[in-house]
Amino acid sequence: MQMIRVGFIGLVMLALAVVPVVANAIDEPFYVSLFTRMLVLAIAASSLNLVLGYGGMVSFGHAAYLGLGSYVVGIGFYHAANDGMDWALNGWLHLALAVVIPGMAALLIGAISLRTRGVYFIMITLAFSQMLYYFFIGLERYGGDDGLSLWYLSDFGDVMDLNDDSQLYYLAYGLLVLVLFTLYRLVNSRFGMVVRGAKSNERRLMAVGFPTYRYRLVAFGISGAICGVAGFLMANQSEFVSTSEMHWVHSGDLIVMVVLGGMGTLFGPVLGAVGFLMLEQYLPELMEGVCHIIGGESCGIAGEYWKMVFGPLLILIVLFARGGIDGLLQGKVGRNV
Amino acid sequence: MSEALTIEGLVKQFGGLTATDHLSLSVTQGEVHAVIGPNGAGKTTLIGQLTGEITPDAGTIRFAGRDVTGLAVHRRSMLGLARSFQITNVLADFTARANVALAVQAHQGHSFRFWRKAATDPRLIGPAEEHLATVGLADRADVTASSLSHGEQRQLELAMALATRPAMLLLDEPMAGMGPEDSARMVEILKRLKGELTILLVEHDMDAVFALADRITVLVYGRAIATGAPEQIRNDPDVRAAYLGEETGDA
Amino acid sequence: MNWILLIEQTLNGLQLGLLLFLLAAGLTLVFGIMDLVNLAHGSLYMVGAYFAATFTAWTGSFVLAVVLTLPATLLVGAVVEIVCLRTLYDRDHLDQVLATFGLILFFNELVRLVWGPAGLSVPLPEFLSSSLELAPGLIYPSYRLAIIIASLLAAFFLYWLVARTRIGMLIRAGASNREMVGALGVNIRFLFTIVFGLGAALAGLAGLMAAPISTVEIGMGENVLILAFVVIVIGGIGSIRGAFVSALLIGLIDTVGRAFLPDVIGGFFDDEFADAAAPALASMSIYLLMAVILAFRPEGLFSARNG
Ligand SMILES: Nc1ncnc2c1ncn2[C@@H]1O[C@H](COP(=O)(O)OP(=O)(O)OP(=O)(O)O)[C@@H](O)[C@H]1O
Ligand SMILES: [Mg+2]
Repeated sequence: MQMIRVGFIGLVMLALAVVPVVANAIDEPFYVSLFTRMLVLAIAASSLNLVLGYGGMVSFGHAAYLGLGSYVVGIGFYHAANDGMDWALNGWLHLALAVVIPGMAALLIGAISLRTRGVYFIMITLAFSQMLYYFFIGLERYGGDDGLSLWYLSDFGDVMDLNDDSQLYYLAYGLLVLVLFTLYRLVNSRFGMVVRGAKSNERRLMAVGFPTYRYRLVAFGISGAICGVAGFLMANQSEFVSTSEMHWVHSGDLIVMVVLGGMGTLFGPVLGAVGFLMLEQYLPELMEGVCHIIGGESCGIAGEYWKMVFGPLLILIVLFARGGIDGLLQGKVGRNV
Repeated sequence: MSEALTIEGLVKQFGGLTATDHLSLSVTQGEVHAVIGPNGAGKTTLIGQLTGEITPDAGTIRFAGRDVTGLAVHRRSMLGLARSFQITNVLADFTARANVALAVQAHQGHSFRFWRKAATDPRLIGPAEEHLATVGLADRADVTASSLSHGEQRQLELAMALATRPAMLLLDEPMAGMGPEDSARMVEILKRLKGELTILLVEHDMDAVFALADRITVLVYGRAIATGAPEQIRNDPDVRAAYLGEETGDA
Repeated sequence: MNWILLIEQTLNGLQLGLLLFLLAAGLTLVFGIMDLVNLAHGSLYMVGAYFAATFTAWTGSFVLAVVLTLPATLLVGAVVEIVCLRTLYDRDHLDQVLATFGLILFFNELVRLVWGPAGLSVPLPEFLSSSLELAPGLIYPSYRLAIIIASLLAAFFLYWLVARTRIGMLIRAGASNREMVGALGVNIRFLFTIVFGLGAALAGLAGLMAAPISTVEIGMGENVLILAFVVIVIGGIGSIRGAFVSALLIGLIDTVGRAFLPDVIGGFFDDEFADAAAPALASMSIYLLMAVILAFRPEGLFSARNG
């Protein structure tokens, strides 16, 4: 089973590595942007996995850090375009700020939220992300409700050109690999052991002498920072920055990806993000197809209302396959708790 | 001889119930001090207050020469106060080795180390395996805690407490739920620790208590009704009436 | 300061607060008694609004629509509880969050299928479409006054139900000690269904009352839901009294803050900054309030479990 799992994950990573090549060869550039989105969301889901999967903190506000990361790019662009501040388009600056600002925000939000437990924690992270959502809606200057269209992307000079979809794709791929490697080191380090231990039995950890709050808080901050990187990529991929990406429903999507792929495993969120976007992309067609096969009429409707299947599907996954895709690959059927 | 732990006028109420009732008690450096008493006497509540999980309503707790009454749980642990839990409380999904390694890690200062792998760090694994050997779990190091037998989990509890290199152990019924064989093994382990460590032992198993204790305090309704050497306690008529459940003959 | 405007905004805040209370009351009961996080509560609010739209169109009378909507949302709530939520009580919070998140997607699509993607509008009932002059110069729409009165009546009904009836006694007992109620031999399953249905009807009531003064559209419950969460967190989970106090607090601060904060900020900073930042800051005010309260009382103002 382990062989199958490693093989499958290796295959997915390998397949992801050649997407632009294949897409250009078959002249379907659309796939490059679809798969860039997958990589971006894989990074975001991986960051959430650090707190949710490894740390047991059900953060329902990660869309906010994603949004903060993308607004770094958006606001930089705005000043470069309108105030002639060319330096504000510097890609390295964007990347650095997209790590620091969401990271700081996560530290602040975490400092308050982590004082609470259970349902409170879920609702408070939710509420704070919604606060940031409204904050940016209120900022008329940067587009408010309507968002900002980016005519210029983050500028990396001669190093790379993000207007080229393939280059952007490989930047995302490289960052995903970097994030995964960092997370791998992190969760296996002394720090990671404390965070995972606190998920398993926080009371015990305090009894042996760990001030668990600090460790959980730092993990939360790191998670926010990594999620900011995804936001940076997302802005450059969609060439658009808007508050709608920060809406809490997207935080829910991220949780779904983590659980769909497999919580607390390194590659689970990657599989989850790929699976989620595949479903989003192909479930409508699939339903329409199934409808035709069973001889239904006006099958367009079946395709259009795919979320009616997706919603209950989610419920079923939760109820019966908590290990997610990665759990299935490990041969765990049923719930793994 | 100096006092390792001194409790003065400790009071804890849960609603109308007084779980600890103006309790004063001192434990001498290096002794095994047993606390016995019927169910609900307030023994676990006492340990909870000593470790800082439960905040007392009144009274002071001094440990290693300083007032620790208001100190956070993890700080007391760093001062050398370690506990084992009455109901086994280990990290169920971690291996025995990883459980103890975490406790070792706790003792080695802060854990803001983000890069090196902990599972192969000799500074953690070496001591962890030593402590596992001390409690007789050397060959079970790779087993997940939840797959250990009940008796082994109790031994793991103890190993985790030892791994923080405490000056004093607070053991809450280490033999709870054990068969006679496991109990005897635990008594042997504790005998070996005796002398090295100060131990406050809460236990219902009287054979174990009389085998290990230097002094015994009897707790009833949160109050200490007697403190003394084992022989003294065994023959104390109040204790026999209140706790050992025996008729005093002339009753 | 403009007193008329202040009173007007206070009334608006009161109205928002009361609507939030209706929404939060059901949620907090469900949290307190069943220990269930229900993200789909906002969907019941939406369903209430859609029912109101349809029934108004059918019967031509808003009052009749109200009479029909309440039992209808209660029924929807009970069905959802029996079919789906019942299996979630002994699951952890993450499972509950995910499953009820799935329910939201389902409800949104269902509504789209039944009512179509376009928003609906519900006309103001004829007899409430005018305005009243409450005081010289203070003219206030009578429909909004009606919302305030109706919500207060509902709140009193809830108070009576919880404080004075046998069901209420069980609800109170359940919020502070679930095992005990089970030990009393009460049919817990039935009690849970009733409580959930009641919460759904209250959410439906809030939705239907909001319908004529807002657009009835898909996803309309999603943002209100978060406000209801803030209300519950501040009030203390499981506490109806807490929900009432904090709902009014939030309603007032949000409304009055949005109306007056720009002026206040304008008094301290230059106009450009005030114009840019004031709306953003005003919309953050209630969340900041939540942060401050939680920093001092992580359990909220009135925690049901701690008395
Ligand atoms: N958190 C709490 N809230 C309310 N009452 C409590 C709490 N913890 C303990 N009690 C009560 O305090 C009393 C003392 O409990 P404690 O657990 O300390 O007894 P114990 O001596 O350890 O008993 P046992 O021998 O059964 O372990 C009991 O009556 C118990 O019901
Ligand atoms: Mg006990």
